[in-house]
Amino acid sequence: MANFLTRLFSNEPSSARQAKERLQLVLINDRTNLTPETMDSLKDDLLDVISQYIKIDPKSVKIDIAQEGREQRLIADIPITGGEQRRY
Amino acid sequence: MAAKVITITSGKGGVGKTTATANIGAALAKSGHTVACIDADIGLRNLDVVMGLENRIVYDLVDAVEGRCRLKQAMIKDKHIPGLYLIPSAQTRDKNAVSPTDMIRLCDELRSEMDYILIDSPAGIERGFRNALAPADEVIVVTNPEVSAVRDADRIIGIIEAEEKGPAKLLINRLNPEMVRHKNMISADDVVDLLAIQLIGIIPEDKNVIISTNTGVPVATDGKSLAGEAYRNVSLRLQGNTVPFMDLSKGSGLFGLISNVFGTGE
Repeated sequence: MANFLTRLFSNEPSSARQAKERLQLVLINDRTNLTPETMDSLKDDLLDVISQYIKIDPKSVKIDIAQEGREQRLIADIPITGGEQRRY
Repeated sequence: MAAKVITITSGKGGVGKTTATANIGAALAKSGHTVACIDADIGLRNLDVVMGLENRIVYDLVDAVEGRCRLKQAMIKDKHIPGLYLIPSAQTRDKNAVSPTDMIRLCDELRSEMDYILIDSPAGIERGFRNALAPADEVIVVTNPEVSAVRDADRIIGIIEAEEKGPAKLLINRLNPEMVRHKNMISADDVVDLLAIQLIGIIPEDKNVIISTNTGVPVATDGKSLAGEAYRNVSLRLQGNTVPFMDLSKGSGLFGLISNVFGTGE
């Protein structure tokens, strides 16, 4: 009952919720062998390469690992800026 | 008759592989099948005590592999259930006494005489696990709704896929419905969501499991226990039947009732 009341008056996610969220991250790392740090340097390198060819805004870039069943896929959403050049 | 070889594994130790092997074996044999349970945990023999057959061991798996006895001589008949047999593990210190090829050969020899061969795998991802996996037609991964067990289960599922023995089936053991209701334990749905493989059973935490292990009589033969019923359901699903998963979500007693009224259930 104490537990129930504590939860009623706090915004902290339940321990089951925390367990699931922590596992979601750990399993991505385990399955892909990618730590958050490697992911960050992958992002930086990817943006560097793309910037050599097209103008992009690094802040609006989204690169994530998506899960489909037991399949992982790297999804990059990279909006292209500087479209005004084409209007000449 | 050509037996189906089912390997029961987990990655993490202590999640209930041996108990699951004994109970699924007992339930399958109770349905009239011939079943051989092989303890592949060399050096840490345990399936014999869980099945209550520790006093009948003369020869073991290593004796059979190394030709000190015929395979039939290493097979111990269950005391209560006709058609149920145990091939005990050895207590020898040499874990490398058995190879994956030995296990395949041994299972092939048994296939013509059994309906099911269940292999109780050791924990870990070493030689013993490889031995248990080699002859498998089907693999059951046992886990508990708890972070380290789920993480290790995921690793094992990956290896099983890489070895082309997948997709494995998932057995969630020791689920405490009350804790799930209070959101202090990951639910079965969430475990399935994380591991993304097919569920073969949910075994609720049940004190009868410990009581039955004390006496060496598998809980699957106990008509009144919840865990026993859950194990019988697993056995029915393995035989190709569609059996709905037990509803463990309903609260029991006054507190359960109050919790449900306050909507803490879901």
